[in-house]
Amino acid sequence: MAKVKTLDDLKKMRADLQSKITLRENSDRPEKMVQIKVSMATCGIASGAKETMNYLIEELDNRAIDAVVTQTGCMGYCHSEPTIEVHLPGNDPVVYGNVDVKKAGEVITKHIVGGELLDGIIPTNYTTPDEDNQK
Amino acid sequence: MAHYKNHILVCGGTGCRASQGEEIVENLKQAVADNSLENDIQVVRTGCFGFCEKGPIVKMIPDNTFYVSVTPEDAGEIISEHCVKGRKVERMLFTDPETKEHVSDSKDMGFYKKQIRIALRNCGFINPENIDEYVARDGYGALGKVLTEMTPEEAIKIIKDSGLRGRGGGGFPTGLKWEITNQVENDEKYVVCNADEGDPGAFMDRSILEGDPHSVLEAMAICGYCIGGSNGLIYIRAEYPLAIDRLKIAIEQARELGVLGKDIFGTGFDFDVELRYGAGAFVCGEETSLIHSMEGLRGEPTVKPPFPSVSGYKGKPTNVNNVETFANIPVIINEGAEYFASIGTEKSKGTKVFALAGKINNVGLIEVPMGITLREVIFDIGGGIKDGKKFKSVQTGGPSGGCLTEKHLDIPIDYDNLLACGSMMGSGGMIVMDEDDCMVSVAKFYLDFTVEESCGKCAPCRVGNKRLYEILDKITQGKATEEDLGILRNLGNVIKDTSLCGLGQTSPNPVLSTMDNFKDEYMAHVKDGKCPAGQCKDLMEYVISEETCVGCTLCSRVCPVDAIAGDKKQPHVIDTVACIKCGACMDKCKFNAISIQ
Repeated sequence: MAKVKTLDDLKKMRADLQSKITLRENSDRPEKMVQIKVSMATCGIASGAKETMNYLIEELDNRAIDAVVTQTGCMGYCHSEPTIEVHLPGNDPVVYGNVDVKKAGEVITKHIVGGELLDGIIPTNYTTPDEDNQK
Repeated sequence: MAHYKNHILVCGGTGCRASQGEEIVENLKQAVADNSLENDIQVVRTGCFGFCEKGPIVKMIPDNTFYVSVTPEDAGEIISEHCVKGRKVERMLFTDPETKEHVSDSKDMGFYKKQIRIALRNCGFINPENIDEYVARDGYGALGKVLTEMTPEEAIKIIKDSGLRGRGGGGFPTGLKWEITNQVENDEKYVVCNADEGDPGAFMDRSILEGDPHSVLEAMAICGYCIGGSNGLIYIRAEYPLAIDRLKIAIEQARELGVLGKDIFGTGFDFDVELRYGAGAFVCGEETSLIHSMEGLRGEPTVKPPFPSVSGYKGKPTNVNNVETFANIPVIINEGAEYFASIGTEKSKGTKVFALAGKINNVGLIEVPMGITLREVIFDIGGGIKDGKKFKSVQTGGPSGGCLTEKHLDIPIDYDNLLACGSMMGSGGMIVMDEDDCMVSVAKFYLDFTVEESCGKCAPCRVGNKRLYEILDKITQGKATEEDLGILRNLGNVIKDTSLCGLGQTSPNPVLSTMDNFKDEYMAHVKDGKCPAGQCKDLMEYVISEETCVGCTLCSRVCPVDAIAGDKKQPHVIDTVACIKCGACMDKCKFNAISIQ
């Protein structure tokens, strides 16, 4: 371990280490973050949900966007796997189908950063118990 | 650097380790490896989460799933179900005792809802054996800020403005203590951390040292800068091996990083910390005894003044603060005095850590804002009394504190309110008692402790407490008179007024407060020869009801002294002279035919 000789050294070290625990800090206040759930049931994984999830995590981190990416079970849209649910703070969650890496990139640039909705939205007609609680 | 998608936090506090927490960590790592997920999942051993009742605790990040009462065998299922398939393992979730529903996120649990975590901010969040995680949480930033941007006087002013008071029990304003030590001229001064946590049932200091040792080291260095000292000593009892191990690792890492040692942050300020072990004597929590013990002398108090701030360790000015007090310091520096002072009551600012114990559903460690009521702590956070019994009393402040009752439940907790009702904050032990507890026996229990722990230097404490104990013993045997009650109170007051140190000055508190609040119970023992709670063995008799007994002979077979006689299918009888009142017969009887009278 290199010694920190000045306060700036410590600050630099902190900036480098920050990402080690951002996941924990963000999970403490998910309502203020972009939350993305990736459907990772057998059908999702077979259709490439794992690659999509890896890409989302890395790309969001590269762009320094505070987000919580979690996996979830089957959402029931097996016809359009991989599916992801994107939940921006203060907005209703939106579900996208057929999200490959390319589509995931668009979701980040256009939906999460740009705030515009894309094609390929699967209309949902249910709420989860979590959402009911928040109301 | 590997980019983990999931962190699995496993409690590594003493409590959870005792329930095979280490095996859980090993098995989780193995299961992660079996599923080739080493690059996706990080298993972290953290400090105490506080919810010891349901330990061992495993927390899943990022979805914040809180698994309770986990066993090593569950590790495989957690990985294969939760991490691989994305399904929560329902049976390991916490069940809300009222709604009977599973609660997956700890934020939604009653236990955590009212808590504010300042001193415990990193406990159950970071790996205490890894300085990187502490630095990532802005660790040692407060030290850097103080060293590069402030004079000692400016830093002391922040601590004074925050309103922080000593968390070890006395409640002396911390900033003022630092200021006094700062103003004494001397070429050498000492910073001492009092980690001699002695109250029965209290484990907040141990948990902080086990879960976040760096916060204490950082605060000690800040204190050293403020008072003008470069030597830090931590007085810790040898019976805290895990805390000692983690402190040693933390000190080593801090030296390697250069935040302890010579010329910290290039400012020319030197500071280093050493450990001193105590043998677990209660009196050594008193600062003058503690200092004598560190000097290799007998752990006995001396008269103050001179205060340690003027003449302490080796006759040098010494600033002694408790572990929890120190743990608050970095937050006050980083967030500002206003932030800290915005929490709490007029004269008691910030939060306090309490160790909940006794007949309460959620035994554990909590941190709550000052000013919260006992009712909120016991019923909302603590989940109420075990087995649906009735609340009787809560003992705060350990052997120096008192027993409070139903009528005190709605008083906002702070230093002054607790003193006003005959108890004290103490270090934060909170022992809850239900209707089955006899208050005379409780007072006797604490006196037994103080008699044992009295250092013997001054007569009021050495002799007086022993006499108090003997009178209490007489009461529990039904041999006392009303006159004895008068002597008990009088003697208690004399001991309080004339003892040399805090131990004797507070040791009669459990007796006096129970006499005030449970006068009827004392009278029942003395006048009627009865123990209403059925705890005092000398005042009760086991009786078999002639109508209910079917003569199954079970009781006579379990009786260890053959005190029960009777023929098959005939009512049995207990020989009350031979009976040793062990209660074995009552536990065995399937017909509820045996009762206490």
